[in-house]
Amino acid sequence: MTGEAAANPTADAHYDHPHPRKGFFTDTSICIGCKACEVACKEWNRNPVDSDYELLGSSYDNTGALGANTWRHVAFIEQGADQIERARESGRALVNLGMPKVGPPQGSVSPTTTPQGTIPVTQAAPAGCASGACGCGGSATDAPVTDSADSSVASSSDGSSVHPDTPDFRWLMSSDVCKHCTNAGCLDVCPTGALFRTEYGTVVVQDDICNGCGTCVAGCPFGVIERRSDGVFEPKNQRDAPPMPDTVKVPEHGVAQKCTLCYDRMKNDQTPACAQACPTTSIKYGDRDSMVATARERVTQMHEQGKTESRLYGANPKDGVGGTGSVFLLLDEPETYGLPPDPRVPTADLPYMFKRAGMAVAGMLAVGAVAFASGGRR
Amino acid sequence: MSVSEFDNYRPPEEPRRKRKGRRRAPGSAFRRGGDGSREMPMVPEPEFTSYYGRPIVKAPPWEAPIGAYLFLGGLAGGSSILAFGGELTDRPLLRRNMRLSAITAASLGTVALVTDLGRPERFLNMMRTIKPTSPMSLGSWLLAYYATHAGVAAAAEVDRVTHSKLPLGPFRPVLRFVDRPAAAGAAVLGAPLAAYTAVLLGDTAVPTWNAMHKDLPFVFVSSASLAAGGLAMLTTPISETAPARTFALAGVAGELVAMHLMKERMDSVAVEPLEQGRPGTWLMWSERLAIAGAAGTILGGRRRWVAALSGAALVASSALTRFGVFQAGKDSVKDPKYTVEPQRNRLAKRRAAGITDDSITTAG
Ligand code: SF4
Ligand code: SF4
Ligand code: SF4
Repeated sequence: MTGEAAANPTADAHYDHPHPRKGFFTDTSICIGCKACEVACKEWNRNPVDSDYELLGSSYDNTGALGANTWRHVAFIEQGADQIERARESGRALVNLGMPKVGPPQGSVSPTTTPQGTIPVTQAAPAGCASGACGCGGSATDAPVTDSADSSVASSSDGSSVHPDTPDFRWLMSSDVCKHCTNAGCLDVCPTGALFRTEYGTVVVQDDICNGCGTCVAGCPFGVIERRSDGVFEPKNQRDAPPMPDTVKVPEHGVAQKCTLCYDRMKNDQTPACAQACPTTSIKYGDRDSMVATARERVTQMHEQGKTESRLYGANPKDGVGGTGSVFLLLDEPETYGLPPDPRVPTADLPYMFKRAGMAVAGMLAVGAVAFASGGRR
Repeated sequence: MSVSEFDNYRPPEEPRRKRKGRRRAPGSAFRRGGDGSREMPMVPEPEFTSYYGRPIVKAPPWEAPIGAYLFLGGLAGGSSILAFGGELTDRPLLRRNMRLSAITAASLGTVALVTDLGRPERFLNMMRTIKPTSPMSLGSWLLAYYATHAGVAAAAEVDRVTHSKLPLGPFRPVLRFVDRPAAAGAAVLGAPLAAYTAVLLGDTAVPTWNAMHKDLPFVFVSSASLAAGGLAMLTTPISETAPARTFALAGVAGELVAMHLMKERMDSVAVEPLEQGRPGTWLMWSERLAIAGAAGTILGGRRRWVAALSGAALVASSALTRFGVFQAGKDSVKDPKYTVEPQRNRLAKRRAAGITDDSITTAG
């Protein structure tokens, strides 16, 4: 399972009739952070709450991270002038998110209180933004941008559009999910076979087999899968039945859990709950090949608009996990979103580790032999 | 990070610095010259962003029982080797004590493993399949085979000690017959039992464990050797422990060298958790106890009480090594810098070497 990157990992699982590999393309540039995906996932999969309700102080993200009970997690990142400066310096660019306009209608806001009015003029053309190709409006005169939000920022005097994003503020939102890796660390290290590769190329836990050893948790380079510490839930195969009393609910504590890419829905030719609920088509679902193609088109389009900060995550079959089933379009470095910048499936080094362990074993036995040989008989 | 003044209270980086300060405090109290100076200049101020300082990878839900198992598995494996050696060279007390130690350690270790499962009642699912890509799977099978051999050997020993009082009936001749093969099997399987846990830890995305994957097997077998040798010195009269002392001394030498080489070769950021905080303290004491135990063995190994004290020091040293390595990995998950920086470094290194087509982040 750690072999060369297979376009469709179902081949490794020896299915007679593999289906096309299914996957997501999550285009974070059009996500509005509504969390419909998070809610739909939780509802469909009947996942228990994570903890007491609390405010985490991380923008609108009070979920925290992916986990045993959270299979979609919407990240919110607010970036201010200092990040923008750094992003420019490091060649990363700032753009306005493609968010629907949510500001008040034209003229209803006094120019002095518009976000544009608060921008110091000196920030308009900072050093280090020579090209202007980023579309940030930093040197708008030669930036080939046509985005209305950009132009409204560039010419703040017209006040035509009140946009929540400005050259020194942007909001990144990204709906994270299990990557359904081509070479999945969690699957490789699972000792019970509870984790398996489905005929759609996805990775799913069989919760009636998992014994909660936790090896998969350490094996995932993305920190996705987690062992559930408590919780009961109603069996998913009785969806139409009236709610069951707590006594007959299935205990679901102590087993590893993560996104199944809605295996049960997929089996019935349904779209996964999160993708179906997403109002902006930020989450797209389909054959993985066409998802990658769509992602490539989109990133090309954004680059043509000068938004060179957009990049794909997981579309490269040569990366450390052989490409992911869930491909993302990101607008900053992966670690900004809590994603690893260079993940590598640990089992890739397993043959080498076994070799080293074999040498160590031989050494230990040899030392034992020498110790007794030199000690002689008593 | 934000535009609202209230958001200034949100501290993505501050807690980390504070924690670092706290972590370093106990380390500096022990004046760790070389190691302390090593991390200061080599690691620049973190130049990375993170998602509110939250972890990227998750630590496995393994608690102290797993740390104990790392120790007990090694102790059991080493003990079986000494037991078989004692058997071949006519050292009956060494054989007896080490056979009984081996099965005791293996049993305790197995209990520890099972209690740490999320669903202990399903522990037999470990035997559902044999999976070469899973060190946990291979290790479970290895432990099962090993414990069977060590168990048979121990049963034969008990039967001998109690002058055939075990209610074996017609099986006594069978047990006598398999006695030596079982002991030999336990010795041969004992070494991999001591080593595989290193692969188990190395084969994870936990940054510090993963960064140790080259050399950790050598550290672990050495640690197992010195622990088993120490236990023999503690439990067995000196007249029978000369080979055990050699075994333990070789273990000490091996561990000092392997640990040093391992730290040298690790990523300079990923090595930090081994040198800071509780794991740093534990590993430092492990080293001191190993050296003290070795000195005691060399200078006073022929005096019963010195040998026993030295043996105890060696056993404690091994336990500290295992817990230190175990905890360092768990600590390395808490701070995303241990995930991000080594990965960025290796990505940059590959890019500098002209390999630009294997990044997970692509422009199209
Ligand atoms: S992202 Fe993690 S949990 Fe999901 S398939 Fe990959 S290794 Fe497994
Ligand atoms: S595919 Fe299904 S299980 Fe996975 S995140 Fe979407 S809704 Fe949740
Ligand atoms: S991915 Fe879609 S559903 Fe989820 S938060 Fe973004 S816009 Fe809403």
